[in-house]
This record gives sequence, structure tokens and C-alpha cells, in this order.
Amino acid sequence: MERHSLRPLLMKLFAIPILMFGFGYLMVPLYNVFCEVTGLNGKTGRLSAAEASLLQEDLSRLVKIQFVTSVNQDGPWDFRPAETSMMVHPGKPYTTKFYAYNRMDKTLVSQSIPSVAPIQATRYFKKTECFCFIEQKFNASEAREMPVTFVINPQLPEDVDTIILSYTLFTKTGT
Amino acid sequence: MERRTIVAGSLPMLLTPLTALADWELNMPRGVTDLSAEIYGLHMLTLWICVGIGIIVFGAMAYSISHHRKDKGHKAATFHESTTAEIIWTIIPAIILVSLAIPAAQALIKIEDASNADLTIKVTGYQWKWEYEYPEEGIRFFSSLDSKSREASTLGSGIDPASIDHYLREVDNPVVIPVGRKVRFLFTANDVIHAWWVPDLAIKKDAIPGFVNDMWAKVNQPGVYRGQCAELCGKDHGFMPIKVIALEDADYQQWVAEQKQQAAAASAASDREWSRDELLTQGQKVFTASCAACHQATGLGIPGVFPALKGSKIATGDLNAHIGIVLHGKTGTTMQAFGKQLSDADIAAVITYERNAFGNNMGDIVQPAAVKAARQ
Amino acid sequence: MTVPADLTHEDYGGHHGPRKGLLRWVTTTNHKDIGTLYLWFSLIMLFVGGAMAMIIRAELFQPGLQLVNPDFFNQMTTMHALVMIFGAVMPAFVGLANWMIPLMIGAPDMALPRLNNWSFWILPFAGTLLLSSLFVEGGAPAGGWTMYPPLVLQTGAAFPMLIFSVHLLGISSIMGSINIIATIMNLRAPGMGYMKMPLFVWTWFITAFLLIATMPVLAGAVTMLLTDKYFGTSFFNAAGGGDPVMFQHIFWFFGHPEVYILILPAFGIASQIIPTFARKPLFGYKSMVYATASIAVLSFIVWSHHMFTVGLPVGAELFFMVSTMLIAIPTGVKVFNWVATMWRGSMTFETPMLFAIGFIVLFTIGGFSGLMLAIAPADFQYQDSYFVVAHFHYVLVPGAVFSIMAASYYWLPKWTGHMYDEKLGKLHFWLSAIFVNLVFFPQHFLGLAGMPRRIPDYAVQFADFNMISSIGAMGFGLSQLLFAYIVIKTVRGGAKASDEVWEGAQGLEWTLSSPPPYHSFSVQPVIR
Repeated sequence: MERHSLRPLLMKLFAIPILMFGFGYLMVPLYNVFCEVTGLNGKTGRLSAAEASLLQEDLSRLVKIQFVTSVNQDGPWDFRPAETSMMVHPGKPYTTKFYAYNRMDKTLVSQSIPSVAPIQATRYFKKTECFCFIEQKFNASEAREMPVTFVINPQLPEDVDTIILSYTLFTKTGT
Repeated sequence: MERRTIVAGSLPMLLTPLTALADWELNMPRGVTDLSAEIYGLHMLTLWICVGIGIIVFGAMAYSISHHRKDKGHKAATFHESTTAEIIWTIIPAIILVSLAIPAAQALIKIEDASNADLTIKVTGYQWKWEYEYPEEGIRFFSSLDSKSREASTLGSGIDPASIDHYLREVDNPVVIPVGRKVRFLFTANDVIHAWWVPDLAIKKDAIPGFVNDMWAKVNQPGVYRGQCAELCGKDHGFMPIKVIALEDADYQQWVAEQKQQAAAASAASDREWSRDELLTQGQKVFTASCAACHQATGLGIPGVFPALKGSKIATGDLNAHIGIVLHGKTGTTMQAFGKQLSDADIAAVITYERNAFGNNMGDIVQPAAVKAARQ
Repeated sequence: MTVPADLTHEDYGGHHGPRKGLLRWVTTTNHKDIGTLYLWFSLIMLFVGGAMAMIIRAELFQPGLQLVNPDFFNQMTTMHALVMIFGAVMPAFVGLANWMIPLMIGAPDMALPRLNNWSFWILPFAGTLLLSSLFVEGGAPAGGWTMYPPLVLQTGAAFPMLIFSVHLLGISSIMGSINIIATIMNLRAPGMGYMKMPLFVWTWFITAFLLIATMPVLAGAVTMLLTDKYFGTSFFNAAGGGDPVMFQHIFWFFGHPEVYILILPAFGIASQIIPTFARKPLFGYKSMVYATASIAVLSFIVWSHHMFTVGLPVGAELFFMVSTMLIAIPTGVKVFNWVATMWRGSMTFETPMLFAIGFIVLFTIGGFSGLMLAIAPADFQYQDSYFVVAHFHYVLVPGAVFSIMAASYYWLPKWTGHMYDEKLGKLHFWLSAIFVNLVFFPQHFLGLAGMPRRIPDYAVQFADFNMISSIGAMGFGLSQLLFAYIVIKTVRGGAKASDEVWEGAQGLEWTLSSPPPYHSFSVQPVIR
């Protein structure tokens, strides 16, 4: 049998694990793209107000939007939606507010993460204004209302009649 | 479909004598929702297909093992391939799999359709308890392992678990749902990933911090359905049970009304000034319900396991430290954080009681307002 | 002589035989020595991991906590898995590969003997690092071998030890795999085409590719955990825009191929042993090779079936359900081929054959429960219950571990030159086969009735089956002491084994003396 130097083969073989190590990291952006496309993990897309205004309003249809909130790790916060639910027409922008209160007598920074259920709806729930992912500084005992403006894409599947918008407030340490 | 019902229907008969002994439960419960019954059917269908294939394969092996042996003088054949055979045993399993995948896919699509839900319950997993919130009703409470199970499950407690009703499956505050209505459960978590599993409802869903998952159930008959956390979540993963009580609609409405009343009463109670006698009376009640399991009615605790309160450093020491430990618990011990479970008034009452009972005689009292202040 | 130039210059640790004393084992580059080291290491780890399993089953013997506190229990479940997977099963297969692949393909040694020495000697350090975490503050990792964040980030001082030992174990198996691939591609005896290779070589060839493709992904995932905990990255931290579920995706992208890494060499072993004792060639050699390759390829596209309950879109659930079910087809082909190999053979039932048949039957039962778990709606009930515990233990204990036992009995006479004690071997098989079912079969019922996995204490209705399972576990554990005894006894002496050892044995390894010379096939044989 014909034999040749091992070196080229070894170069290839060692390249595989190195590439695959990189692939592990590549899965991070790939996963985010996948989530964006499928709506997995509820990180719904943003939309500019101008884009939102182009959506056709569907006044014949009403969808219930429920708002729920959580505070991660028993953080020292009061955090609740101003209203527990609202009925909306797809295609029309609405604004609601979330109320947050820093129970500590020192400055805290919060960061809120949105999540939408059910999964079938996440792609069609678009926010034009949102306090999510942005660090928010609260002075000692400060209370604040934080607005969210959103629009439901009229292409929302027919069988979805309720969408849940959840915010989880995380306390960012190291203020 | 026809065959599945027959197959699924015949098994309970086979199992009847065994299921009569409740402890020897062999099979998945059929459950109390249409979906759980459908899942049960799928499970049985797959199981019987596997049994069928198993009989053929193991039967052929057994025949071969008993007949094609050297000590029986069997001479080895020399055949070693057959494309026909390979094709047959590729195609037939493929057909069987397709016939399985179709009903499974149909069930899956039904399960994921949570539309037209009648009410929503938000379930939050904590290390190591559940919180239930009915956003539309304004009801919110914690549900933890009941104190009797907790006491018995402590290492070296010496208590026979069999002597405790529903050992590790009993909670202080069960979640209550109406029968015949579609309940949408939302799952999230406070710290690490948990999973909410009630076999009779055929619901198992991960509760993930920062995200919400949803799942639904429409329970067909009133009853008590139990389950527990299914995703490893740390030390007390095995000690965060779930108890669901399904009530007829009228009873459910009554329960909702009671919960609202209690919440209002608790809030009103926390806003006023309490007398010493009131605090001591209420404090004894709360102590019996929430503390006596470990610290004992005598306040003497169990030496080496649960500390005594009589003459303890905390109950006879700094008041704020005492409030702090009741509110926040003590990490690394079984002392829970009662801050979210008890109202300000109840915490004030129980602390007052602890400082004045068992011969502690500190003489001080705690007002609900002080607890409220300590929470902030 | 057709050995490549760079090999003839290698120093195999003395051309005339092994060095004397302990240094022989530290410096050896001989594939037989290294194979032996791997096998002893894995045997020791089998007993370490087994001791942990005994603690787990002793605590679960009856409801209530009698022996250990919940946190230590979680440390035991976590460490048991890590030790058994990375310490016992994988090194055992690598040991078998080291010993047998050069003998089976007529090569003088592994292609990269010095790398081989390194691959092994990393292992004891990694294992010690991992085990010593039991003694640091906060104890060993207790978040499960799957290391899901955020829970795993609550691990104390053991956390960096866990991550680095996983890295070391990964590096060791990657180097081992590269060596195996290079050996198979470059050192086959003249005339041995790929489609003439014994199936054990084939399955390891495919396994080695799986290893070099997936271990680095695990390394990446745990590195992300490390930077999340200590360097402020937010890969899996929702607050920073990450997602804890993403870890599960990356982990299982490694994890599912990993479970086939643990079983494909077992397929190879069964495919060597069954034809020998049936005195009939393996049925469907080509389809066996293709089936193994298709299982390996499919293993990359099924990972999310470990995560049906995390909340996936319906489309994804359907895809992963169907792709998982597809694996049943090539796996079925393999089982049918083994049965067809036995069919109309002239069988005898020495210990290796008993273990191989036990492997096929019990692995198939594990395969059946695997098919059940693939059905996504039903998986909502099975997931994270004892049904899963029963499933993967059926695949790994009477699956992978039985195959390793079968291989040990099969090749032990070749390695040592002595026959093992056949009576004791058969006793070992029957004890193992009975007890292993006593341990794991009742766990199916426990899971279906609603008992979750990884719990130290359980509701009273689960008491009876848990007690049976614990009794079985003690019996199974004790039976393995017999295995150690038989192996040691055989190494130390016994009836002289012939070169062929088994009447129906085919293949190059049986053309050598028993034991083979320290340097075998220095002149490569030519295959017709």
C-alpha cells in the first residue's frame, strides 16, 4: 500500500478540533439568528416608529395582550405593569407603562429583559420603544414609570388570541 | 386510531391486579385532561410496537441460541449477506416509524395551541419553592413543602416517612384551578432553571430565569393532583412539590373571593397598630403553623438538629437581627426566608411571641410597621 | 518492509523489550503498554464511580434521608456521571483501541507513539483534579454532569477545577482520536483496504471523528461558563442579553454525539465476538459500516431531543422528533444483522459470547426506551424522570460496559497468554446480567409513575421499586469485584492460551503468539 508522510494528514486532523472549538463560539451568533427567525426565547425584534406606521391596521380583530413582571433573585424592587392586560388591534401602535421602585436607600441599576409567549406570536410582537436591555439607574427610593410602545404585526396567525409580554428585572451589581 | 384505542384499552385490564397495590404503580398515569389521555395513548402505542418488535427479534435469537449450537452438532452455514434482507429490515421499521410519527405530530400541534385560555396563572420557580400568581385576580402566594415532610426529611430525623400523609408531596398553599376551563400556565424562574411537572396534567415545562414559557391544561374532573420539580435546581431540588387542586367553577370562585379577602385583611392588619395581647395571641398561632415543626411548641428545638429558641442569642438578642433572620432565613440551614410567605403583621406577631414565650421575657413588642420598614 | 521513514526512527522504549521498573510505564510509547495503562485506569475509575453509585443507591434504599445530606447527594450524582463517562467508559474504549487496532490492521504500533504517551498521562492528572474537588470548600460540583447554567455557576471552589478537568479530559481524548485516525489511515497492512478492516476498527475510526468534532465544542461551552463566572461575559446570563438555554443547545450538540462515542465501539466489539462464537462470518459487513456511519451523521442533528421541555417552536420539536426516530433504522439494521449472524451458526457460549449476547438484548431494550423518548409529546412525561435514568443506564451499563467486559474476556488470553477461569467468568456474567436488570428495570416504572431523577429522597409510593433497585445495585457492585479478581488472576497465571485462542476467531491479531511480542508486526503482513 502506498504510504506518505504523516504531516499533511496531521495538519488536517489537528485543524478539525481547532475549527470545531471556534464553531462552538460561532453557535452563539447562529443561535441568536435562529432565535430571531423562529421567535425562540422571546427576544422579539425592534421596529422603528416609521416602519410601524406602514403596517396596515386590522380593526376587525382584537388581540389580548397580558403583561407580567418578575424580579430576578428577589431583588429589592417593586416592579409591576400599570395595567394587567389590554385589548389591541393588530397594526396599531399602543403604549403601556411599567412601574418600578427601588426599595433600597442607595442607587441601583436595573436591566429588564423581555420575553414573549406563546412562541408562535413572538415574531409578530414588535416594540418601537422599550426600556429593555438598557441599564436604568434608580436613585435611592426612586420610583419611575417606564413606557413601552409596541405594535402587533397583522400577519399574526389566526389562532393566536392572547400574547403575553413578560419583563424580568435584573439588578446589575457594581453600581 | 382504531387499533390504538383497543391496545390502550386492554392494558389497564392486564394491570388491574397490580395497580390495586398503589405502591407498585407500573405505568404512566392516564391523567385528567384530554391531552394527558392522548399522550398516554401514544405512550402505549409506542410501548406495544416495541414489545412486538422485541418478541420477533428476541424470539429469533432465542430460537437460534437453542437450536444453532455446536454442542447440538449444528454445522455453521456460510451465508453472510443478503441485500434483500437488508432492504426489508430498513423499509419495515421506516414504515412503522412513519405510522408513529403521524399521531405524535398531531398531538404535538394540539399541545402547543394555547389559544382561547380562560385564565392565566404565572408559576415562578425559586430555590426551593413555587410562587403562583393569578395576574387578573391579583392573587399571589408561595407554595412550599409542608413542615411535617420537611421535618421528617431532615437527615437523621428518625421520623418514619410512611407516617406522614403525602410525604414530600404536600405543600402549605396549593394552587387551585377550575375544572372544565382552559388554564394557561406561564413559567419562569427567580434564580436557576426549574421544571414544573404534574403527571396527571401531562405538563412538564422548564421555568427559566428571564424568560416565560407557556403550557395549558383543561382538567376534566375535580381532584387533587400532585407533582414536583423535575429539573435539578440545587440542594433542595427533591423538596419542592406541587399540589394542584381542581375545583368546580363555583367552588373555585369562592376560593378566589377568600384569597382576595385574606389579602385585603392582611394588608389592613399590617397598617394598624397592634396591642401586645393581640400580637402574642396571633404570634402563637403563626408559630404553631410555621415554626413549631422545627423549633418545637416548647421552643426547645431538637438538640443537634434544630436550635432552641428558649434563651437563644437571636430571640433574646438584637431585635433587628431577629426580624432579619425571619424575613430572610439563614443560608445553609433549613431556616427558610419567611419574608414573602408571611404578612408584616404575622411576622411582627411571631417575633413578639418568640421574644416573650418560653421564658424569654424580653418584654419588647414588634409592630407590623417595623417589619415593613425592615423589608426595605 | 513498508513502515514509513518517520516511524522507523522512533524509539519505542527499547527495541528488544520493555524497560524495567516503574519508568517503563511512565515513559512508554508502546501501544500495548499504553493500552494496558488505559485499561487499568478505567478499571480503577469504574470502582470509584461505582462507589459513588453505591452511595446514591444506599441513600435511595428507603424514603427519608438516612446517610447523606441533599447537597452531598447531588455531588455524588454529578461526579458519578463524570467519572463513569470520562474516567471509565471512554478510557476503556481507548485502551482497547490502543491494544487492538495495531494488531488488527497489522501495524507495528500507533502512528504517533509519543503523543500516545501524553494522551494517557494527562488522564490521571485530570481525574485527580476532578476527584480532589470533593475536598475543597463547598464540595464537588453538584449541578449535574450536564453543567447547566445558572445552577452550575453556584458551584464553589470546585468550579474552576471542574472546567479545567473537562478541558484536560477533552484534550486527552482529542489527541487519542487523532492518533487512532492517523494509525488507521496510514498504517494498515498492505492489502487491507478500508472495506476489509475489522468492524471494531471501523467503529473506532468513525468514533474518533465524532470525538475530534465534538469534544472541542464542549471545551468551548465550558470555557464560556468560565468567562461568564469570572470575567463578566454574558453568554448564558439573561441580564446581559445571553440565554441559559443556549448552553443546553451547545452542550447537547456535543452531548448527543458523545453518547454515540460511548456506544459505537461497543457495536464494533459485538461485531467481532458474535461471528467468532457463531463460527460464521458477520452478516452484512457493508451495511454494518454504512449503518455506523449514518448513526454518526444523524447524531449531529438530533440534540434538541434532550430539551423538548425548554420551550421550542413546534417546527423544531417536529424536526428533532423525526430525526431522532430515524436513528432507530440504522440501529435496527445492526441488531438484525447480529441476529442473522447467529442464525444457523454453530454457537458456543463462552463468557465473551455471553456478554455479547447480553449486550445485544439489553442494549436493544435501551433502544426501545430511546424510541419511546423520541416521541416528543410522550417525552413531556418522560423527560427528567427515572424513565430517562433507566434508558441511558440500559444503553451504558449492559450496553457499553458489558461490551467492554466482553472485549476483556475475549482478548485477555491474547494479552496475557493465559486463559481466564471460564467458570468464574460465566458466574460473573450471570450475576451481572441478573443484577443489572434488577437495578434498572424497576426504574422504568418509577419514572412513569412520576419520580424525577436526581432527587435524594422521594414520596412513599416510590419506596418498593427503589428498594429493589438498590438491592440490585449492591449485587451488581459486588459482582464487579469478581471481575477484578478474575482479571488479576489471569494476569498472574493460568492455563496457557493458544495463538488462536478461540476456535472460530478470524483476524490478524490471532496470527500472533499469546501474548504477542512486545513489538509485533515489525514486518507488516500482506493481506490477500
